[in-house]
Amino acid sequence: MRRWNTEVAIVGAGWSGFRSISPDLSFREMMFEAATKAYSDAGIDPRRDLDGLVTAEEDFHEGVAISDEYVPDQMGAVLKSVHTIAGDGLQALAAGVMQIAAGAGRIVAVESHSKASNVLNLDQITALALDPVYQRPLEAHPIFIAGLEFRRYLEVTGTPIEHVARVVVKNRRNALRNPRAAFPADLTLEDVLHSEPLAEPLTRAMAADPADGCVVFVLARGDVARTLTDRAVWIRGLGWATDSYTLENRDWEGARYLRQAAERAYRQAGIQSPRRAFDLVEVDDTFAYKELQHLEALGLCRPGEAGRWTAEGATEVGGELPVNPSGGCLGEGHLLEASGLARLLEAVLQLRGEAGPRQVPNARTALVASWRGLPTTTGAVAVLSREP
Amino acid sequence: MEPWVYPSIALKQEDFEEGRIRTTRTPLRGEYAWDAGVAVGRFLAELKAGRLVGRRCRVCRRVMVPPRMFCEQCFRPTDTWVLLQDTGTVLTFSVCTVAWDMRRLEVPEVPAVIAIDGASPGMGILHKLGEVGQTNDEILDRVHIGLRVQAVWKPPHQREGAITDILYFRPV
Ligand SMILES: [Zn+2]
Repeated sequence: MRRWNTEVAIVGAGWSGFRSISPDLSFREMMFEAATKAYSDAGIDPRRDLDGLVTAEEDFHEGVAISDEYVPDQMGAVLKSVHTIAGDGLQALAAGVMQIAAGAGRIVAVESHSKASNVLNLDQITALALDPVYQRPLEAHPIFIAGLEFRRYLEVTGTPIEHVARVVVKNRRNALRNPRAAFPADLTLEDVLHSEPLAEPLTRAMAADPADGCVVFVLARGDVARTLTDRAVWIRGLGWATDSYTLENRDWEGARYLRQAAERAYRQAGIQSPRRAFDLVEVDDTFAYKELQHLEALGLCRPGEAGRWTAEGATEVGGELPVNPSGGCLGEGHLLEASGLARLLEAVLQLRGEAGPRQVPNARTALVASWRGLPTTTGAVAVLSREP
Repeated sequence: MEPWVYPSIALKQEDFEEGRIRTTRTPLRGEYAWDAGVAVGRFLAELKAGRLVGRRCRVCRRVMVPPRMFCEQCFRPTDTWVLLQDTGTVLTFSVCTVAWDMRRLEVPEVPAVIAIDGASPGMGILHKLGEVGQTNDEILDRVHIGLRVQAVWKPPHQREGAITDILYFRPV
């Protein structure tokens, strides 16, 4: 994919949450809070300035069919172009960028939210994504897929499980310095390794707990962005890919979806050596091993190297390449299809120098990578920069 | 003339009963507990008390029902709670002879949008009309757009904070 002829920047960001439960706000009120912050941050009046809205949501998570019809009012988007992606929030970002690049709008909002606490049988809902003939009759909890992949990952890369546990310790400690995080904690390696087994070798502490929250961004065409703000964060590259999904013969090792998505994003951004290209990374860590597997798929280190790298402290804030300074999904909570936008939010705040006590000094470029979650093989990548 | 474009075999009840057809069943179970939040929460609490409430936007001066904490026209928070009447005007209606699960109804139902007195024009709630007849013809004879109606409430001890705390609206 070549670079788009149109520059696109993130000119506003807003959020609500994140918390394990949020009974005080309906999903509409949660979206209104996040949208109000994002529009105020961008200095726009959505009724006057907004050309369109892209959201990412899944009807089965909302508990409402055709749930995208429920979004315009609380987003200031009544009678405007509204477009919904059934996918991760980063895919909605890509759709928003393409709308601007195609000339369909100058200012577009991107939204995704999670009311995971409202889905009383979330695991069974996830299980509905399994094949009804080959897999569902086995009545297995879908977390087994993580166990299958985790085991292959440990075997093929020779990564010790202690290195995977280090990801949990790091991310939940990072979350201690993040007011958005739902699950900050100061854990030891033993806490992680000895927590309740879920799908061996996966323990409960290695799996991100779901959380409620909403994230909204305002995107603008380059010339408009320059008139709105001097804190624009520029989208330099985007890529997304879906691998063959069958559990019976999918690739169990290398997260090929993210490798492919990253190659496209790097090509677009003109990046040849990703390892030296970024000041920080926000990457999907729905399961602790996923952070390591994804770092390798992103080409930030060689296969099997991410664990040692983590154990040596290279991915801490203050290390060679900070990974998930926000605390990731493990620390912030898993926001279902809003997870990618939660990763993006931290990267945007870091590049604006607004990350407070977890600020990576002088951050100028960031890499964001998401995964659509179990049982998918879909990932998306965004390359961000303080310069256009 | 061939009845079907593609060659096909019609399935008979015996084919299922005698096990010649393989099927798989997965019940679709979705359990949700939607957070009511501020606006819906207050609306339901007031229903339990036998009242209808709306929210007013100071800028466009509309009173909205069901209430919401934001004005979708002005994109700003709404400002005040407004107590409404339990009377109103039929904005539109239909006489429905099938139930939601596709059963044929002996006595038709009359879903209607009722513009509530005290709210802005066109602001109403969706409910059913009652005491308007037993047959299609009877109902169409009595009900018309613009009909004045009033809520018939459940007795207080039976109310549970739900839209069904109003049994139906009847002509006044
Ligand atoms: Zn208003």
